Amino acid sequence: MNLLSDPRHYQITCLSTLLLYGTISLDFEVSPPQILLTLLSVQVIQYLCCRLWRQPFEWRSAMISGLSLCLLLRVNTLALVPVAALIAIGSKFVIRVNGQHIFNPTCLALVAMIGLDLGWVSPGQWGNGVWLAFAVACLGGMVTGKAARRDITVAFLAFWLIGLFGRSWWIYEPMTIPLHRVQSGALLLFSFFMISDPRATPNTRAGRVLFAAIVAGVAWYIQFKLFRTNALLWSLAGISMLTPLINRLFGGGAYRWDRPVVSDTGPALTPALSN
Amino acid sequence: MSENPPPSLYARLLDASRRRTLMPIALLALGLGLAQQAWAFCGFYVAQASSSLFNESSQVVLARDGEQTTLTMANDYKGNLSEFSIVIPVPVPVKKTDVRVVDKGAIDRVDAYSAPRMAEYHDPDPCPEPAPRYPMSAGYASRPSAMMMDRSVMAEEKDEATGVRILDSYTVGEYDILILSAEDSGGLVVWLNREGYKMPERATPILQSYIAQKMTFFVAKVNLKEKRDSGSSFLRPLQVSYKSPKFMLPIRLGMLNAEETQDLFVYTLTKRGRVETTNYRTVKIPTDAEIPPWVSKEFSAFYTDMFSRLVERDGMSGVYTEYGWPLTIACDPCSADPITVTELQSLGVPWVTEQYGNYQQGGYLTRLHVRYDLDHFPEDLVFQETADQQTFQGRYVIRHPFNGDTSCSDGRTYEKQLAARQEKEAQTLGALTGWDMGAIRRRTPARANPVKPTPPPPPATPEFWRWE
Repeated sequence: MNLLSDPRHYQITCLSTLLLYGTISLDFEVSPPQILLTLLSVQVIQYLCCRLWRQPFEWRSAMISGLSLCLLLRVNTLALVPVAALIAIGSKFVIRVNGQHIFNPTCLALVAMIGLDLGWVSPGQWGNGVWLAFAVACLGGMVTGKAARRDITVAFLAFWLIGLFGRSWWIYEPMTIPLHRVQSGALLLFSFFMISDPRATPNTRAGRVLFAAIVAGVAWYIQFKLFRTNALLWSLAGISMLTPLINRLFGGGAYRWDRPVVSDTGPALTPALSN
Repeated sequence: MSENPPPSLYARLLDASRRRTLMPIALLALGLGLAQQAWAFCGFYVAQASSSLFNESSQVVLARDGEQTTLTMANDYKGNLSEFSIVIPVPVPVKKTDVRVVDKGAIDRVDAYSAPRMAEYHDPDPCPEPAPRYPMSAGYASRPSAMMMDRSVMAEEKDEATGVRILDSYTVGEYDILILSAEDSGGLVVWLNREGYKMPERATPILQSYIAQKMTFFVAKVNLKEKRDSGSSFLRPLQVSYKSPKFMLPIRLGMLNAEETQDLFVYTLTKRGRVETTNYRTVKIPTDAEIPPWVSKEFSAFYTDMFSRLVERDGMSGVYTEYGWPLTIACDPCSADPITVTELQSLGVPWVTEQYGNYQQGGYLTRLHVRYDLDHFPEDLVFQETADQQTFQGRYVIRHPFNGDTSCSDGRTYEKQLAARQEKEAQTLGALTGWDMGAIRRRTPARANPVKPTPPPPPATPEFWRWE
């Protein structure tokens, strides 16, 4: 496979750089042993699952899940790291509808760990300094076509920004407040690397825009009406369950990493082989 | 145990610098150079005439269990009591039974107990006779148990002209309290000014955003008669309990017209674990740093300069964790007397009871320190409780050199190691505080048996070169 044709290579590079920067410069509360254990765990579980489900071993998606867990998940003890990895990778194989997994593995693992009180996510850990560089990297991926499913990212960000700025306008807040909320590494990571997961989103553009709108709306409600943190994660995990329904409504075939363009514009001809 | 324990060494040391840092808070002049003064966090002092207000520090205790929140606010107001008033936006109307005045001693204790501290050690004699008296434990420096140096109700009525509604009115301790709702911030400002609370026009847009969020306003003044009767010489902390999913602290009102930065200490008492801000970066302060022993006499300057440097490094965008530890009585030794069950309960922690000499059901104490201004902190602080049960304290280690005879072989080795250690301590101090390295080095006391710098040994010559 051509190295540049797979968006995951770009994602892995981007996430690795971010993790390196976060641990060195932003005091991310993730130790080198936790990083190693996370990356090792996801690959081991991915390998075992591939063997069990008789599929060829595919390391890239697991690597993205592992790097995302390193960036986001915080735990009291290293023993919980494999648990998160098991939820993330295991869910891809176990929870499937029509041969497609419906949850973004990282997102599901994070909400499960938070919900079970086994871990936490620090949305404020990014600060504002890294935001701009991160945004440039994300947008660079978009422009050069290295990002997967760009339409859902654009749609989600549009709906989310409308919600943020609209609310602030409605309640007479100065615009510095929604601007500050937008300058969040957590939002970028979510928009460019999580909600855009082509394997866990609807297969047609119309379906994806609808999906993005619902995720943004529900997250807005969770954050500004229920006043809960990590609203984006909870919303995505919940709304992902609607993906099979949206697919039924709008049709479309499953995504293939090796043919992103074909699948991005219309129904794919063949079901996906990889995870 | 005295009812009002003396403040910790740290608190006393920091006091002077806080005074230097925070005095401007009292002079913030909320209202366009008028006499109004800002309280540093949720609300503000509103003075009626020019006065010598003096607000040294802002300390808030937030106890939270589920949605049940108890907010205790300490202030060091030293101005004319008749001019004191505060306005705080609260998520729900607060009833009289939910408002109390509490003993300042409880907050002082939490402050002293959680303050960054200095741990002090003495090097053992490197030339013992005949055997080492104090064998050095390998992990001694990381033990947290090091010797610490620290030690009625008015009927609801609405003012038609301004749209302000008095939801409740009562007196608690030395405070007269009103709970207000408003339809329009302009009307609220007019009403407050008419009633003698001088509210600057500039507060109008901020108040409007709280009104739009259906928040009510908790307004307090000092009841001079009750104050006289109480016999207390200072204003006691005011405590408000309410049930709300919002876990936040409104700080925007207090930043109006702020020309200087403000410091705020937030102590959270929660059931599950550490608390952090979700809309600002929460950073742990540097800890377990070994610094030169002479710093012990200047801990105040050291800590405040270190903190200022941190704030500068992060572009004033961080909230700093100074302490995070599961609540326990069994700290041995403690940096201050442990917080008693009675004190915890007075701060809104009803779930803690004592059994067998410890808390039956503990909780977690987090100490957050934030320096802020409107440019860098446009939003109110929003918190989340995490599952983090790990322990953290700001701790600075001082190791006093051995000052006896070090003329033996081990003693000379000790002197060499000491010289290297002292240089490292000096560099650590310089890196943390930004102090001049030359000045730091000059303050290192001379040794009685100084080590003569020895030239590095020549590289060992392998035997096979010799035959030549």
